[in-house]
Amino acid sequence: MSFLQVSTPIVARRLFLGQSGLVLSGAAVALLAGKDALAASAGAADPKDVQILNTALGAELEAIAAYQLGAESKLLQKPVLDLAVTFQGHHKEHADLLSKTIVKLGGKPVAAKANYNFPADQLKSQADVLRFAARLEQGAVSAYLGAVPLFGNRDLAKAAASILGDEAMHWAVLRNALGEVPVPSAFMT
Amino acid sequence: MKLCRLLAAGTLSVCAGVPAFAAPAAVRGEQIYVRCQACHALSYDRVGPRHCGLFGRTAGSVPGFAYSPAMKSSRIVWNDKTLDRFLANPLKTVPGTTMTYDGVPDAADRADLLAYLKGADKTPECLTLKAKH
Repeated sequence: MSFLQVSTPIVARRLFLGQSGLVLSGAAVALLAGKDALAASAGAADPKDVQILNTALGAELEAIAAYQLGAESKLLQKPVLDLAVTFQGHHKEHADLLSKTIVKLGGKPVAAKANYNFPADQLKSQADVLRFAARLEQGAVSAYLGAVPLFGNRDLAKAAASILGDEAMHWAVLRNALGEVPVPSAFMT
Repeated sequence: MKLCRLLAAGTLSVCAGVPAFAAPAAVRGEQIYVRCQACHALSYDRVGPRHCGLFGRTAGSVPGFAYSPAMKSSRIVWNDKTLDRFLANPLKTVPGTTMTYDGVPDAADRADLLAYLKGADKTPECLTLKAKH
């Protein structure tokens, strides 16, 4: 069912959250990462794992800024606006979890950039914003897919895969909102 | 464009970005470039640096981009050979790079991707960026 085919944004949001299992909190996802990984002392972690998490954090912070741009563009109408805010909230949860994990592993989390050079002048309609967001979400899936095999710590790989699943759902829902086939293929690359 | 639509069937196509004279390899490469768009764009810096002007550029040299020390000191000049090696396994080629990505394992995919990146300098995005500088 499309997000755009339900009666109210609240119903839509409840329906989406209920059907997709996105009621997982950041804490729940943290549990997926395993106590060992999150309880690691400074210096004990694989530096490569910390770098992978930091690169992912940089991408999550960019996604938060991108959804902010979309939300403030005045181009999004309800219930699409609610959708964007919900997805931005997920990215905030991802970023918060990644940042805390990096600190626990002895690393220094990257900060959000002061400015992102998004092509704002090319966003002239709701569909433009949705396509922009969909492209970012598809990219996020590819990024996590390319990162998961690199982790030395399997618990961190599992946590990253959990986030990957969330990004893939975002992409599918955004495609659906655009009237495109939500899940265009059996495999992601 | 018809070929582009066929190749892109069911995917997020942005074939309009490929010049009309683009070879099929570059068209396939544009589809593979979607993976890169997780962190990169052609004309502006994101989590990764921009790709306009990539060929012939020294690694770690885009002004204002915060590269890893490893990339800055790599002394790599990007060309077909160095890009092919790096994209096959970024972390093995430049240990310490922030491009924590498992790479593009298929040689044919890498060749298509490089064909796209080579032609990207002729896209409106890159031509506009070049005109500004």
